[in-house]
Amino acid sequence: MLSRRRPCGFHYIKINDLSVTLDAREILHDVNLRINCGTFAAIIGRNGSGKSTLLRAILGEIPHTGSIEFTNTEYGHISDPTIGYVPQTINISRSTPMDVYDLVTSFRFRTPVFFRRKGIRSRIISALDEFDAKDLIDKEIGTLSGGQLQRVLLSMAIMDQPKLLLLDEPVSGIDKNGMDLFYNKMKALVRHHDMAAIIISHDLDYVARYADHVLLLDQTVLASGTPKAVYESDAFRQMFGGSYDYGKPGSRPIPIGRYERKR
Amino acid sequence: MSELFSYGFMKNAFIAILIIAPSLGIIGTMVVQRQMAYFSDALGHSALTGIAIGTILGVTAPTLSMVCFGIVFALVLNHIKFNARASVDTLISVCASTSLALGLAILSKGGNFSKYSALLVGDVLSINSEELPILAVCTAATLIYYAISANALAATGIHPTLAKSSRIRITLTDDLFAIVTAILVMLSIRWIGVLLINAMLILPAASARNIAHNMRQYHIYTLIIALFSGLLGLFVSYYTNVATGPVIVIYAGLIYFATYIKSKN
Repeated sequence: MLSRRRPCGFHYIKINDLSVTLDAREILHDVNLRINCGTFAAIIGRNGSGKSTLLRAILGEIPHTGSIEFTNTEYGHISDPTIGYVPQTINISRSTPMDVYDLVTSFRFRTPVFFRRKGIRSRIISALDEFDAKDLIDKEIGTLSGGQLQRVLLSMAIMDQPKLLLLDEPVSGIDKNGMDLFYNKMKALVRHHDMAAIIISHDLDYVARYADHVLLLDQTVLASGTPKAVYESDAFRQMFGGSYDYGKPGSRPIPIGRYERKR
Repeated sequence: MSELFSYGFMKNAFIAILIIAPSLGIIGTMVVQRQMAYFSDALGHSALTGIAIGTILGVTAPTLSMVCFGIVFALVLNHIKFNARASVDTLISVCASTSLALGLAILSKGGNFSKYSALLVGDVLSINSEELPILAVCTAATLIYYAISANALAATGIHPTLAKSSRIRITLTDDLFAIVTAILVMLSIRWIGVLLINAMLILPAASARNIAHNMRQYHIYTLIIALFSGLLGLFVSYYTNVATGPVIVIYAGLIYFATYIKSKN
């Protein structure tokens, strides 16, 4: 059957010796990592450890040394893969005269945003529907709640069926219920769409519960592997000033404020 | 009213406003959206520097030296914006005032500045019928550029990294916009004036923003407000014998306050 979905494991992203220097300051040093499709990976680390910079380097926005390879085991090197990206927040004010249609169109379509085409509208609606957000299409983006904006940005990110999804702490200002929904949805997406996802997260508890692979970053990769392996590493203890009660996820969340203050 | 159009200069001015006002307004929508009002203000003031440098180099067409200097100046400001080590508005202000002072110093040498003072206020009534087609072609080119780039301009203004992930070329988008804005400003400055050009660029869009809920409304309202204040300003200035530029801007300003009061938020 032609339409049968290929199983995962056929493409991966591999980062070799990636370094980023901005204004004579080395922000990332010899980062190595490999993530297969179907994997939900998380990057953890203190503020200023280079997490966002790593995502921006993968997107090609900032110059770096070392290499980033996207490889398909059937067809070989993919030179320009589709990458979905969800930022922490976007630069809008309440008075920005843009609704959700305008936002998605300006990023994803060539037809000038002010023409408002029906065909584009229905494509956006079906993308929003994936995250139960189709009712938001005519809402002004300045009036959306954090959770609503996040769903819109996620819909936009997976519209073109990316091979790789990059999420930069996209769950700030979301309640606990919303967090579980979000992480479950992400796991399902990664499985069903054969993509790899990398999320930057401050929430060690959710990372422990949902991530397949964890990367502890502080200018370079300090620890990498399953959540359990990383959380029990010395580097983890040193950075977060204590051990994580891995046996009971959720029972002892380490408050974020505590290790931010330690530095 | 028919008596008004019996004068050739009025007819030309009328057409000129029909061309200039909407194109400045439309480019202004993205100047405001991308929070570049300060940038365009600096650009307007640099017109004098452009002319001054032209006189030193012996360029006989002041418009040519203005446009060339304007493009260079816009690209430099753009570069500063991305590599700023100090507050961007301070840096732009420093560049703008230094270049303006340089221009004024050169132009005032030998007590000749009065020759150029007309440029400060501009005179739309002085436009002649040979200049109109050039203006029309440039405006048409601007609008075609705008239709192609509007989405990318909106996107990079909202989030450059997100735009990059959508395969939008951020630097190209920014630089082209700076260049087009510079050309449009420099071509209009003789008729609108250094002091008021930014108002023509910013006010219609700023007013439209107060009442628009989406991009389509934003553009339509901007066009209507730009044309309305432009034409009203022209007629009123004719009957009151006051310079046209200021009257247009007074009406645009009044419209801004009216929309601000009616503002959606």
